[in-house]
Amino acid sequence: MVDTMPKSGTMTDVVLRAKECDIYYGSYKAVRDVSIDIPRNKITAFIGPSGCGKSTVLRCFNRLNDLIESFSLKGKMTYHGQDLYAPDVDPVEVRRRIGMVFQKPNPFPKTIYDNIAYGPRISGYKGDMDELVETSLRRAVLWDEVKDKLQESGFSLSGGQQQRLCIARTIAVQPEVVLMDEPCAALDPISTLKVEELMKELVQNYTIIIVTHNMQQATRVADYTAFYNAQVTEEAGGKVGYLAEFDSTEKIFNDPEQESTRDYVTGRFG
Amino acid sequence: MTAHSEASAHSFDAKSLKANRSSSRNLFNIVMTGLAGLCILLALIPLVLVLFYVFANGFNRLDLDLFTQLPPPPGGTGGGIANAIGGTVIVVAISTIISVPIGVLCAIWLSEFGGDDTSIDEYVRFGVNILAGVPSIIAGVFIYGIMVRPGRPGYSALAGGVALAVLMLPTIIRTADEALKIVPQEIRWAALGVGASKYQTVLKVVLPAAIPAILTGVTLAIARAAGETAPLIFTALFSPFRFNGITQPIATLAVLVYNFATLPFKAQQELAWAASLILVLMVLLTSIIARFATRQKTY
Repeated sequence: MVDTMPKSGTMTDVVLRAKECDIYYGSYKAVRDVSIDIPRNKITAFIGPSGCGKSTVLRCFNRLNDLIESFSLKGKMTYHGQDLYAPDVDPVEVRRRIGMVFQKPNPFPKTIYDNIAYGPRISGYKGDMDELVETSLRRAVLWDEVKDKLQESGFSLSGGQQQRLCIARTIAVQPEVVLMDEPCAALDPISTLKVEELMKELVQNYTIIIVTHNMQQATRVADYTAFYNAQVTEEAGGKVGYLAEFDSTEKIFNDPEQESTRDYVTGRFG
Repeated sequence: MTAHSEASAHSFDAKSLKANRSSSRNLFNIVMTGLAGLCILLALIPLVLVLFYVFANGFNRLDLDLFTQLPPPPGGTGGGIANAIGGTVIVVAISTIISVPIGVLCAIWLSEFGGDDTSIDEYVRFGVNILAGVPSIIAGVFIYGIMVRPGRPGYSALAGGVALAVLMLPTIIRTADEALKIVPQEIRWAALGVGASKYQTVLKVVLPAAIPAILTGVTLAIARAAGETAPLIFTALFSPFRFNGITQPIATLAVLVYNFATLPFKAQQELAWAASLILVLMVLLTSIIARFATRQKTY
């Protein structure tokens, strides 16, 4: 079975922890028995074939799956030891600390400035908004490209710029963790590279989890890599996702323990 | 590769590609196109005739008096329809103030919050569709029964506004519901992802994105309501005087046309035509505004 901790390397601080988590949509079990510790100020990549549950697990960490009626979780997910699914936990508070960047760039239909300012404003930010907008855009390495057109619509930017705007928007609320669900899937290679450089910058202050279909991307950016796989079952839905192996990226790609991991990372399936 | 392409080239006969206009397929095409064009003309004839007729009869009274004077007493001359123009604006404003908040919030519930039990959504949408098909006179009778009949407050601008609001509601709910559904799901996720609550998401992100389309629906509903006569006849009634408070009967363009067109006095008949023209122009104007609003759409 899979160990909670990645096998190599020493981890001091665990930010997010899943323990024996089963995820259901109605009676259909989508993911079974996931236990994983997400280390602080590191980039952890989730890789695996389609339908293996990596995005599902990711969305559980900031309770975005709550929006799906039939969703239910068995097991325990904690954030610094606090149960994320305890009845007295406010999902809105969870999402303020655990931000999310999506596959398709999805800026608000507002100005560039308001895209960044929206989150801080609704969470009652009292400081200098102009300064926060500038800092967030600078951190997302977008400031120089947009500083002269902050009042233009977020849609006026290119796809890659929009995605960096979305990242700036996410970090403007000063979360501790940034979840990224295939953030480069809709971007061209140059924009992808920029986003990857940005992630390496950000990881000094944030903990990042990235779901990616691009294995080169995982090797380029991730400190740790979790390989998810899907298994055919008799139950409804036909297959269930599980965490096959979690280790340092180097180990996963060069000398994995599991046969299926080796097959996947060498491109034999998936 | 070469052998294959040669083989496929030989399998076709070298037929002529020139158009054969007398083939039955092409003849059928021409006849059907002509038939469809004819039907378009037939459909447009009433529109053109109505516009022409209203303009021809109403245009000569389109003067300053029309907008500033009250209708003359029977047998008098000249006069205007200032009270009816103002009355239509007031009654429609009342109905808009009532129906827009209710309609938009209802649409927000349907599109954003009703997900917990989809069957309730379906019942509400079905009900709204039925309401949209209710004849306008029924809306009038309904409000008459509640607000006007003996023992109740009686004929008033307010009752007229409420009756029109009943008619505007389904249009507003349906268009706002559609407008909200067009806003991409990703935008809602993004707002929730930066820590917005459900209402912060809806009011500050989703609704602004849907506003142009909602405005279109509201304008169309207003255009429809402004021309309604039946529900006003026994709610707002009519008044030969200027606006006298929303608890009093009030003149409106549509009812003025109904009252004056059949009177045996020339001045009144002329005013009825002029009122028709003003009504048509108001509806035209709102339609143009609606067109303009949709052009600003976000998605």
